[in-house]
Amino acid sequence: MSLIFYPDKCTACGLCLDACPFGVLSLEHEKLIIGQGCTLCGTCVEVCPLAALELPKEEAPSTRPQIPPDGIWVFAEQHRGKLIPVTQQLIGEARRLADALQVKVAAVLLGHQVAALATTLLAAGADKVYLAEHPALAHFCEEPFSLALTELAQRFRPEIILAGATYVGRAFIPQVAAHLKTGLTADCTAFDLDPEKRLLLQTRPAFGGNIMATIITPFTFPQMATARPGVFKIRPPVHNPTGEIIPVALTSLNDPPHSRFLAIVEEIKERLPLAEAEVIVAGGRGLKEAKNFRLLEELADLLGGAVGASRAAVDAGWIPYAHQIGQTGQTVSPKLYFAIGISGAAQHLVGMQSSDFIVAINKDPAAPIFQIANLSLVGDALEILPALIQEIKKTKLSNRL
Amino acid sequence: MRIVVCIKQVPETQDVHLDPVTHTLQRAGVKAIINPFDLYALEEGLRVKEAQGGEVTLLSMGPPQAAEALREALGYGADKAALLSDQAFAGADTWATALTLAKAIEHLGGADLVFTGKQAIDGDTAQVGPMLATILNIPYVAWARKVTFSGDKTIEVERLLDHGYDAVAVDLPAVVSVVKEINEPRPPSFKAKLKAKKENIPVLTLADLQLAENQVGLKGSFTQVVKVFPPPARGVPQNWTGTPPELAARLWARLQELGLQGC
Ligand SMILES: Cc1cc2nc3c(=O)[nH]c(=O)nc-3n(C[C@H](O)[C@H](O)[C@H](O)COP(=O)(O)OP(=O)(O)OC[C@H]3O[C@@H](n4cnc5c(N)ncnc54)[C@H](O)[C@@H]3O)c2cc1C
Ligand SMILES: Nc1ncnc2c1ncn2[C@@H]1O[C@H](COP(=O)(O)O)[C@@H](O)[C@H]1O
Repeated sequence: MSLIFYPDKCTACGLCLDACPFGVLSLEHEKLIIGQGCTLCGTCVEVCPLAALELPKEEAPSTRPQIPPDGIWVFAEQHRGKLIPVTQQLIGEARRLADALQVKVAAVLLGHQVAALATTLLAAGADKVYLAEHPALAHFCEEPFSLALTELAQRFRPEIILAGATYVGRAFIPQVAAHLKTGLTADCTAFDLDPEKRLLLQTRPAFGGNIMATIITPFTFPQMATARPGVFKIRPPVHNPTGEIIPVALTSLNDPPHSRFLAIVEEIKERLPLAEAEVIVAGGRGLKEAKNFRLLEELADLLGGAVGASRAAVDAGWIPYAHQIGQTGQTVSPKLYFAIGISGAAQHLVGMQSSDFIVAINKDPAAPIFQIANLSLVGDALEILPALIQEIKKTKLSNRL
Repeated sequence: MRIVVCIKQVPETQDVHLDPVTHTLQRAGVKAIINPFDLYALEEGLRVKEAQGGEVTLLSMGPPQAAEALREALGYGADKAALLSDQAFAGADTWATALTLAKAIEHLGGADLVFTGKQAIDGDTAQVGPMLATILNIPYVAWARKVTFSGDKTIEVERLLDHGYDAVAVDLPAVVSVVKEINEPRPPSFKAKLKAKKENIPVLTLADLQLAENQVGLKGSFTQVVKVFPPPARGVPQNWTGTPPELAARLWARLQELGLQGC
């Protein structure tokens, strides 16, 4: 299948050449050549003022099956019997979407001896909770989790499934989508609806946040997405929630498994995971030594945040890889991001540039990080940090008195 | 041991930008590279081969120029490579990509262990590996930082999760996605590079796979991109200079104003 081109409409203006993200269009003697490698992304179609380009149409436009009956599902992620905040955030967002679509919100709680969490899920705004408990779900493992959620989705048939774009969600939700033979959009930062067609409009960053894309799943159900933690707001809890808790038995976990959880190897227990943090204090080579990361930890603790790092700091052995932010580390978008002694290499920026508010501290006024920071402090981090910590402690102390 | 490493050629993302006014992509000088995570997948494949014996096959789906990425990857010492390239594959989403890769793996005689990168830096989806495993009907483990063999049909994988590292046991065949922490890729070898130069990289097209035209590319995709646009612009940046205590006091006052004072 290839791009449709109407030569009689083309004036060789060249707009599409500039627009093509893949550089596969060229002009030869004023004639448009569509080279190999076109992904049918449609960017050229949009820029062409003369409609000389068109995307190929589906031959037999697949008709959408009937709308499945069971509304919006949120995968309720928990870790050791505690809900991960993105769960309540997504229930809040699901509530908003469900009210517009006039359907119910269900939380799907998978685990072992986790029933106590069900009420919290109702209080967060769910109309019902499917509670599936099984010893094989005691610890996260892709196989039982994907089988369980697939089984439930096949039985109850939701219209939409949302899950947090955590390491857990991103590990097994794609398998559920593949089992269900439906579309999945990763790491969304905004949802909207096309109410007429009941389509979920899923917006996500691509190319390291340099571009935003809106994606739909037009012909299959459920419409599935993982969503970035920290983007959606938790609603005030409902007092005395009246929703229903529905225990469900699973049959898909009876067969002998091909993969098994063995053990916890190492826990990052000092502070909260990057993905959940509203504030991230990240440091780079400018911190000079491992011991200066203590300053970051102190600041992070005062602000209730997590510590991140550039690759240079990780490579220097000052902090474990799990804290690395950027192209080969984690992508984060907290409310507040501190880049301290970080130059702002492109590979770092792609991991944090969608943060709401960025404060950069660097002694080099020409550091590239300043180009994307909301607030740029030119100076020595090793002097500013202790002063900032002092300042915050002063307020927090006087608040307590 | 039949080891397959999935490699994607991607544009260097930091060079890709949408013009905020015209919404066109500025791609001046955008270089195509091997997806950085896939080099760790490749290194792990080579290490497993060295320890267990077998063969490492590189597999990529992409335009004809993706053969260059495969050739470059062969320079690290893989045994062979195959490129999936066909107009019909154009516009594939993660499902259609995974389905095409899965059929290609079957076409090539199957695999005992498939390595993928954590994610591709263009789409950042991390979906192709798990979908591939599901289609092949074999287990998947995400975010591996260590792979060891316990017996010849089972591996133990240490993997990164949000709260730390877990160990899981997985029966082969399986698909494993790797994070950067897993190894330190070796430099390309001169000998392998020379050999790679002359290597004939077979191109598989739709006709080679057990798939219909409407199962691949845009037609075979469950998702559709309906709009691309630049990210929202940041406010006017502010540059502050001053003595450290001045800067600290001003910063703290500002953060409180913004309601970012934490708990
Ligand atoms: C394939 C690939 C993937 C990569 N992935 C990542 C990734 O995921 N994440 C990542 O971060 N990087 C990544 N990198 C590396 C990236 O290119 C940079 O090398 C790295 O981000 C630099 O880290 P840095 O800013 O801490 O160090 P530097 O670039 O050395 O910057 C240190 C900064 O500190 C400032 N400074 C020094 N002393 C002080 C002081 N006392 N007070 C205040 N400021 C001071 C300096 O002015 C300088 O700007 C990747 C690179 C490649 C090639
Ligand atoms: N077109 C492709 N060809 C080969 N491998 C791919 C392709 N797309 C994705 N992969 C593999 O799947 C991993 C995850 O990619 P993605 O799901 O696109 O983020 C990559 O690191 C590659 O190993």
